[in-house]
Amino acid sequence: MITFIIQRVLQSILVMLTVALIAFGLFRYVGDPINNMVGQDTTIEERAELRERLGLNDAFMVQFGRFAANAAKGEFGFSYQHRRPVSELIAERLPATLELSLVSAILALVIGIPMGVYTAIRRNGAMSHAFMTLSLIGISLPTFLIGILLILFFGVILRWLPTFGRGDVVEIGWWTTGFLTASGLKSLIMPAITLALFQMTLIMRLVRAEMLEVLRTDFVKFGRARGLPDRYVHFVTALKNTLVPVITITGLQLGSIIAFAIITESVFQWPGMGLLFIQAIGEVDIPVMAAYLVLIAFFFVVINLIVDVLYYVVDPRLRVDRAGSGGH
Amino acid sequence: MKHAKTALRAALAGGLMLGAASAANAETFKWAFQGDLQTLDPHGLFETMTLGFQRNIYEGLVARNDKMEMEGALAESWENTEPTTWRFKLRQGVKFHDGSDFKADDVAFSVERLRTEGSDMKVVAALIKEAKVIDDYTIDLITPSPNPILPLQLEIFYIMDKQWAEKNKAVAATNVKGGDEGNFANLNANGTGPFIVKERQSGVKTVLTRNPNYWGTIPTNVTEAIFTPIDQDATRVAALISGNVDMAYPIPVQDWKRLEDASGVKPLTGPEARTIFLGFDQLREELTTSNIKGKNPFKDVRVRKAFMQAINIDAIKAKVMRGAATPTGLMVAPQINGFNKSMNTRLPYDVEAAKKLMADAGYADGFEVTMDCPNNRYVNDEKICQASASMLAKINVKVNLLAQPKSKYFGKVLAQNNYDTSFFLLGWTPSTFDSHNPIASLIACRGGEDKLGAFNLGGYCNPKINELAAKIQSETDQEKRQAMIDEAFKIHQDEVGHIPLHQQPLSWGVSDKVEVVQRPDNVFDLRYAVVKK
Repeated sequence: MITFIIQRVLQSILVMLTVALIAFGLFRYVGDPINNMVGQDTTIEERAELRERLGLNDAFMVQFGRFAANAAKGEFGFSYQHRRPVSELIAERLPATLELSLVSAILALVIGIPMGVYTAIRRNGAMSHAFMTLSLIGISLPTFLIGILLILFFGVILRWLPTFGRGDVVEIGWWTTGFLTASGLKSLIMPAITLALFQMTLIMRLVRAEMLEVLRTDFVKFGRARGLPDRYVHFVTALKNTLVPVITITGLQLGSIIAFAIITESVFQWPGMGLLFIQAIGEVDIPVMAAYLVLIAFFFVVINLIVDVLYYVVDPRLRVDRAGSGGH
Repeated sequence: MKHAKTALRAALAGGLMLGAASAANAETFKWAFQGDLQTLDPHGLFETMTLGFQRNIYEGLVARNDKMEMEGALAESWENTEPTTWRFKLRQGVKFHDGSDFKADDVAFSVERLRTEGSDMKVVAALIKEAKVIDDYTIDLITPSPNPILPLQLEIFYIMDKQWAEKNKAVAATNVKGGDEGNFANLNANGTGPFIVKERQSGVKTVLTRNPNYWGTIPTNVTEAIFTPIDQDATRVAALISGNVDMAYPIPVQDWKRLEDASGVKPLTGPEARTIFLGFDQLREELTTSNIKGKNPFKDVRVRKAFMQAINIDAIKAKVMRGAATPTGLMVAPQINGFNKSMNTRLPYDVEAAKKLMADAGYADGFEVTMDCPNNRYVNDEKICQASASMLAKINVKVNLLAQPKSKYFGKVLAQNNYDTSFFLLGWTPSTFDSHNPIASLIACRGGEDKLGAFNLGGYCNPKINELAAKIQSETDQEKRQAMIDEAFKIHQDEVGHIPLHQQPLSWGVSDKVEVVQRPDNVFDLRYAVVKK
C-alpha cells in the first residue's frame, strides 16, 4: 500500500513537471510581454533593460529550471500585470472558483440524478422526452453561448439577476465568500447554472443508462415479486446499484469543472482563477499562466491519486493482481 | 425614565433623519472598461488608461479641464524665468489624503522617484535635469535644453507625498520584476486628488470615495465610484443595458444600434485623437516578405503614392467604421497642438492613377507583400487591413495579411525584434498632445545619435525632419514653431512616408441617469461625472 502511494506520488510529480515544461514551451508563441508592461514613450534601451532584468533573454532551459526550482519552494514569481506575487493573486482568486465549482457540482448532482431516474422509469413519458431533448441542448450548446443567452434573458430583459461579477463578499480569514450576502447569492445563480449544465446532462444520461441496465436484472424483478413498493424498488434497490459509476465520474469531473470554469468565468466576469488566467494570456503574463497550469495539473493529479487509492482500498482483487504482476 | 425614553426616541428620529439625508446625497457611479489599470503607483506605467484613472486620485502640477485646456492643478502659475528654467508657484493649503501638507519637497521627491529602476516614466524624468526647491511653495525645474512645452509634457507627472512614501517604504517606483513584493504604492494611494481609494482588488474591482477636503471646485456630485474591468465585449454591453453599470467603454461600433434601441442608455461617440495609419519598410535593400528580389519597391515614392491612391478611405469609413471615422491626410488629429487644417488633405482615391504610377515604377504586374496587423488593439483594426488588402488587389498587389493579437504583433514589429515588417498598420495618440511627439517618434529617421524614430517601424528617413524635430523641441516662438511643424509634415506628406488613414471613433455607452465628459484621448475623468437627480 505504502509503496503504491509513493509510486503514485512520484508519477504525479513527473506529470506536473511535464505539464510545466510543455506550458513553458508554449509561452514563446503567446507573444512578447514587454510591450504590455511599458508605455508607448518608453525608450528602446529601457525596454531592452527591462527584458534583461526579467531574465527573458536567458536560454529556455535556464528559464524553466529557475521556474521549477522556485515552484518546488512554493514560489511562483511576480505577476507582470499586477506587480504582485502570483501566489498571493491565486490565493485571492481561489475562493471564487472553488465556490462556483462546488455549487455547480451540487446542482449537477441534485438535478441530474432525479432526472436520470425519472427518464429511466418513464421511458416513453412526455416529460422524459422533454428532459432528453433538454439534455441534448445542454450537451451540444457551447458554454459561452448558454451564458450569454442567460445574461440576455434574466439580466437584460427581465433584470432579475446581476449580469457580471460576484456581488458583495464577506471575508472569513483569507477566504472570501459570496454565500452570506443577497447580492452574492444572486450573482452566483447564472454562472453556476451555466457551468453545471454540461455536467448535469452527463450525469442524467449516465444515471438513465445505468438504471435501464439495473432495472432489467434479476434482483430487481425479485424485489418486485416480493411485493416491495415501486418507489422502494426504484430509489433504493436500483438507484443504489447505479451510483458507483456516477460517483467515480463525478469525482473525476470535479477537476474538469474547475478547469472549464475559465469560459464561464470570462463570460460573467467572475473574479476567479480562470478569469485571472484568461487575462494573463491576453497580456502575456507568463508567471501567472505557468502557476495556473501547474496548479490545475496538481488538482487533477490529486483527484486521480485519491480515486486510485480508493479503488485500491475498496477492491480486494486489485491488491491480489498487483501482488502477482508487480504493478501495472 | 420617561425623559430617557423621549430622549432615546429623539435620538433615533435624529439618526433616521441623518441617515435619510446622507442617503439623498450619496451618489454612486459605476463604470466598466475592457481592462484594469495595472497599478495604483503613479510612476509605474506610462499608459493612457492607467494614468487617466490615477488622475482621479493623484494630481500633477498642471491638468487639463473638460475642454482639454491646460490649467493649474498643484501649481498656480508657471513661467520660463530662463531658457532652461521653468519656475512653478505651488498652490498653498493643499493636503494629501492622509492630511499631510503638500509642499515643494514632494515635487522634488516625485521627480527623483521617476528615475528609480521600476519607473516606466524615465522619459519624463529625462525632461528635467534638476528640481531646485526655492521655498515651500516655489520650485524651479531645470531642463537639459530650452523646452517650451515642458508644462504640457508634465500633465501626466503626478505628485506623491514624500513622508508617506518614506513611511511605507515606497520611495522607489513599483518594480515589475518584483523584489519589492507588495510595494505599498502599488495597491495603496495617497494623492491630493478629488477621490480617495477605499478598496483595491487588482483585476476585480476598485472603489473610490469623494475626498471631502478637496481644494478645488469641481462639477461632480459622485460620492462613491466603483470601477470594474469587464473583458468581454458582450458582457460589458449587457452590464450597461441592464443598468448594472452607469457607463461602459469601449462599446463595439457594431453595437451602437443596440444601445440606441435599448431604453435608458445611449452611445456617446466622438473623434479620438488617435490617428491610424499604414507604413512601409523603406530601409531594407530587399523586403523580407516580397516576391521582388534584389530591390525594395517601397523605396520608390511612386509605389507609395500608388498605394495611397488605391485605398478608398471613404469606403473604409462607410463600410468598416460604420461612418464613425474621420479620414485624415495628416499624422495628427485636430486636437493635437500643431495640427494645421489647411494641410489636412489626401491624395485623391484614383485606381487608374495608382495603376499608372505602379507601371511607371516598373510594377505594372504588381508584387506580393505580407502585411502585419493587430487584431485587438484598435477599433476594427483587422477589418481595416482586410479592406486595404482587397483594395490593393486592384493594382495587382497581393497582400498576405498576418493579423495577430497585439502581444504577438508588437513583439514582431517593434525595435526588440529588429522592426520585422514590410507593411503594417499602426495607431498613435501623442501622449503630450503636441506634434513634436509624433514627428520625433514616428517620422524622424531612426537609429541615429539623437535616438529619434523609435516607432518609425518602416525606417522612413529624411534627415531634414530630424533637424526640424530638434528645433521644434526648443523653439519658444509659437509662430516659428508652427512653421517648422508644418514643414516637417509637408516633407513627410510629399514623400508619402506613411499613409494616414483616419482618426478612430471614441465609443462609450452611457446611462441616461448620468452625464460625463468624453476626452479625445479616451480618458474618463470623474471630476466631470454628474449623476442626475
